[in-house]
Amino acid sequence: MNAVVEEHHDHDHKPTGLGRWLFSTNHKDIGSMYLWFSFTMFFIGGALALLIRAELFQPGMQIVEPEFFNQLTTLHGLIMVFGVIMPAFVGLANWQLPMMIGAPDMALPRMNNWSFWLLPGAFGMLLASLVMSIMGLGSAPNFGWTFYAPLSTTYGPDSTDYFIFSVHLMGISSVMGAINVIATIMNMRAPGMTYMKMPIFVWTWFITAYLLIAVMPVLAGVVTMMLTDRNFGTSFFSAAGGGDPVMFQHIFWFFGHPEVYIMILPAFGIISSIVPTFSRKPLFGYSSMVYATASIAFLSFIVWAHHMFTTGMPVAGELFFMYATMLIAIPTGVKVFNWISTMWRGSLTFETPMLFAIAFIFLFTMGGFTGLMLCIVPADFQYHDTYFVVAHFHYVLVTGAAFSIMAAVYFWLPKWTGNMYDEKLGKLHFWLTTISANVLFFPMHFVGLAGMPRRIPDYALQFAEFNQIASIGAFVFGFSQLIFLYVVIKCVRGGKKATGEVWEGAKGLEFELPSPAPFHSYTTPPEVK
Amino acid sequence: MRAVNRPLGLACLLLASNPTFADYQLNLAPGVTSTSQNSYDIHQIVMWICVVIGIVVYGVMTYSILNHTKAKNPNPAKFDDNLTIEILWTVIPVLILIGMAIPATSALLAMEDTSNSDMSIKVTGYQWKWHYDYVGEDVSFFSNLSTPMDQIKDKETKGENYLLEVDNTIVIPTGKKVRFLFTSNDVIHAWWVPAFGVKKDAIPGYINESWARVDEPGIYRGQCAELCGANHGFMPIVVEAKSEEDYLAWLNEKKTAQAAAAESGNKTWTMDELMAHGETAYITSCAACHQAAGEGIPNVFPALKGSAIAIGDITKHIDVVINGVANTGMQAFGPQLNDADLAAIITYERNAWGNSTGDMVQPSDVKAAR
Amino acid sequence: MTAQNPDNRTADNPKIIGKLLVLVVAMFGFGFALVPLYDVFCDVTGLNGKTGNKVSFEIAPIVDESRVIKVTFLTSLNESMPWNFQAEQSFIKVHPGKPTTVNFIAKNTSNKSIIGQAVPSVAPGLAAAYFQKTECFCFTQQKLKAGEEKLMPVTFIVDSKLPKGMNEIVLSYTFFVSNKNEQDLSVATYDETAKSKSLTLSLNQDHIL
Repeated sequence: MNAVVEEHHDHDHKPTGLGRWLFSTNHKDIGSMYLWFSFTMFFIGGALALLIRAELFQPGMQIVEPEFFNQLTTLHGLIMVFGVIMPAFVGLANWQLPMMIGAPDMALPRMNNWSFWLLPGAFGMLLASLVMSIMGLGSAPNFGWTFYAPLSTTYGPDSTDYFIFSVHLMGISSVMGAINVIATIMNMRAPGMTYMKMPIFVWTWFITAYLLIAVMPVLAGVVTMMLTDRNFGTSFFSAAGGGDPVMFQHIFWFFGHPEVYIMILPAFGIISSIVPTFSRKPLFGYSSMVYATASIAFLSFIVWAHHMFTTGMPVAGELFFMYATMLIAIPTGVKVFNWISTMWRGSLTFETPMLFAIAFIFLFTMGGFTGLMLCIVPADFQYHDTYFVVAHFHYVLVTGAAFSIMAAVYFWLPKWTGNMYDEKLGKLHFWLTTISANVLFFPMHFVGLAGMPRRIPDYALQFAEFNQIASIGAFVFGFSQLIFLYVVIKCVRGGKKATGEVWEGAKGLEFELPSPAPFHSYTTPPEVK
Repeated sequence: MRAVNRPLGLACLLLASNPTFADYQLNLAPGVTSTSQNSYDIHQIVMWICVVIGIVVYGVMTYSILNHTKAKNPNPAKFDDNLTIEILWTVIPVLILIGMAIPATSALLAMEDTSNSDMSIKVTGYQWKWHYDYVGEDVSFFSNLSTPMDQIKDKETKGENYLLEVDNTIVIPTGKKVRFLFTSNDVIHAWWVPAFGVKKDAIPGYINESWARVDEPGIYRGQCAELCGANHGFMPIVVEAKSEEDYLAWLNEKKTAQAAAAESGNKTWTMDELMAHGETAYITSCAACHQAAGEGIPNVFPALKGSAIAIGDITKHIDVVINGVANTGMQAFGPQLNDADLAAIITYERNAWGNSTGDMVQPSDVKAAR
Repeated sequence: MTAQNPDNRTADNPKIIGKLLVLVVAMFGFGFALVPLYDVFCDVTGLNGKTGNKVSFEIAPIVDESRVIKVTFLTSLNESMPWNFQAEQSFIKVHPGKPTTVNFIAKNTSNKSIIGQAVPSVAPGLAAAYFQKTECFCFTQQKLKAGEEKLMPVTFIVDSKLPKGMNEIVLSYTFFVSNKNEQDLSVATYDETAKSKSLTLSLNQDHIL
């Protein structure tokens, strides 16, 4: 791919002051805002996790009341899912997609701005309920991030209605973002960039955007049904009025399962961008990567009830969902094999992004194995609602999605800032994070198999040792992220100057721009051969 | 290196498949029913297949990381596809999955067959205790966590069965197929006894079923497995499996005890008796929300100490306890506790923690108020 | 910009955005459509143990004298429902195809009038499709005045097409406080003659339902 030489505009001017951020229509600034928002929420959600792990350090209730513990676990989940992982991926999309396809900006820059600013509002509301709870004014949401009825409807605290409003705002933000992504990718690719010449990260986001459009409205539907059940006399989920609590689970997981793929497909795209770069080899099997991503997205719609095997489903249903879920292992396996084949007989170097990418492949695959175990119904009866599930999803979300985000930040920071980050500190951050993440989450497999249920603030004595180990890992993990913060801030402020190419052998339109990328880039589209 | 690694690896494998290793239990336990054994067997099969695949995949990747570095391989290969191998690594996983699906399917079909049971027990989940009703036997009771609050608050050393002990265990006969019928009084709970391999949601308004046939006598412990509110972690399950004659003896004892409890509603109690019984019953049934010293949790569960209801009109107090308060977390305890328990609790609440009204409520007062 | 990029399709933006918005609205509607769809699916397949709160009509049921099905009755009260609620008998053995009537007894022990809604559930779930109720107090809401006791009959037929391996069915009712307690809705008539029968049944207050 050759790019037409970028004409140098001298006036790479940016707006100034607070208005630059409040009224931004620039994909780079908006991308930065999403990333900083996500990073902030990461520390807040992480603090809640540390409180949880502190309480679980030993048997007995030392720090919080059980009722507040349920609020902690609920908010930790909501913040990490909706406030960290999703906004971070949107931030990366904003920064990277226009540059990668040779477009000047996103298709709808003003809507882009609204998509972002909805989020601080939504989370302000959610966090306010936590603050009010600490002040003794009533409970924050305390029913788990999955908010099953009737615990969340008939028995939910007053803050539940604000939770519902908050979810609506987040949903609108995501849907608008997804529309923007699709319009950008479909309509603004540089001449010569056919679909099958798009960078793989663009493909994964393209597919993710369709998933978002398909399922976020269903989430909006289910929380609206909750709202009317709570306040306007309907009985969607109450057996008293002819409703069904299990139906809540069906509708929620119809959203919920594609949601977890929304949280991993962009990660796949990131790894597929980083591994070829540091292997100095093209991505193995580009088209099968595209087809595999599309298959995973399609399959994600027909597996939802594997979260519900203990609800009393008839055997035929259990078998169907087991088989359908097992199928997802195939395209996922294809992706893992393709990454390894990309590395095979390449010329590997192990800068920080590559370290995180390799850790992703190892550890996400672990999460994939436990996911396969979980979908096997006869075994799932012993795993469901135990720490085995907690271990599984933390492996795929932390050592999976979150690691990919860290990898992406290290990978593209020099492009964004024009400075190389401190490689020594980056590696330190990597090793501390990876080792502590395993100390934190691996023992959870054991206690889950040994019989420890989820969402409990206190536990029987036989689970004590591994819980203690996990809590230690949690604190090391949490504090290691301060190194990441330091590295990012230090890089923004200065460092060894980065070239346009940044990494030897880096391919892609973004690497044909200077570093830092100009405020307005590709106002004249490049020619793609 | 290699010579040491192999036996070491084998030792690790053996350890990993041993269900209990001091308190560092690593693996699922096989349990005592055919259901739990099925779960365990399928778990082992799938887990070891994953381990083998993992060793192969991670092995290839590790080899690449060690040998395909820029230093060792400065001229990278240029290939980016290979149809044969892509077909192979699509087809082989499909075959492996089919190999897993077949035993999993037959295990599941065996586990889900509740027909031809010998007896049934109706299990109802409450916030935050279990209720058991032996269908057709006229024996029913609540089962509450019996671990003292002092142990939970670190004021006393924790007992061996900390958080896994109850005041009334359920008893089942060995060698019989026991059918469990699950429902809930309020939110969704789940009844789980790992040793039986039984986990089923208890859903308000609906009945779910499962079964267990236990051949080994013993005590088996489990917990609630679906978030159900504040004390989700504090509503355990304890099942004792006894020989059939011991079970029948226990059943008779239970019937006698129930009759005696009913009788206690007919006598007149002294203040001391009411306060003593009231304190125990209060801790079991009320302290979860209203707390041991009646202080409640601000804006979540009201305090009883110094409260208008506990100090004011006695009829109103009795009504609240018997009938609950609509649209709040205050359940109707009338259907759950007998007259003597209710009378004692209400008396205790009216006199403890400085409330000191001096009021006494007799079981007959409660009976009249129902 | 357009002149330099002949491939630029920004003009197509409104079209694609329009289509996506339609998709968004459609998926929102789909979420709500899942509600009736869920019921339809349960009815068609008989899954989920729902026997429905509706009357089923049998045309000349075939009685199968060779089979005996044991139907066990369970009664539950939802929390805060201050009634007593029991089945007159804990089980009955029937032949498939033969209409059978059994009674339940409910008593409002509180000091105010309450409208209750009974919700039926059948186990095993797959038997629900073969369990037909022609008369049931669950079809309507039941209003009991303070202290009132009522006999509530249920007439049912077990379909003779019930799969061979299934010989036990559990019919459970849970009484909820109706969310329509403010209005006086359609109420079953209070059966005077049934009242005298029920008073002889001693309701042990310690027998928790």
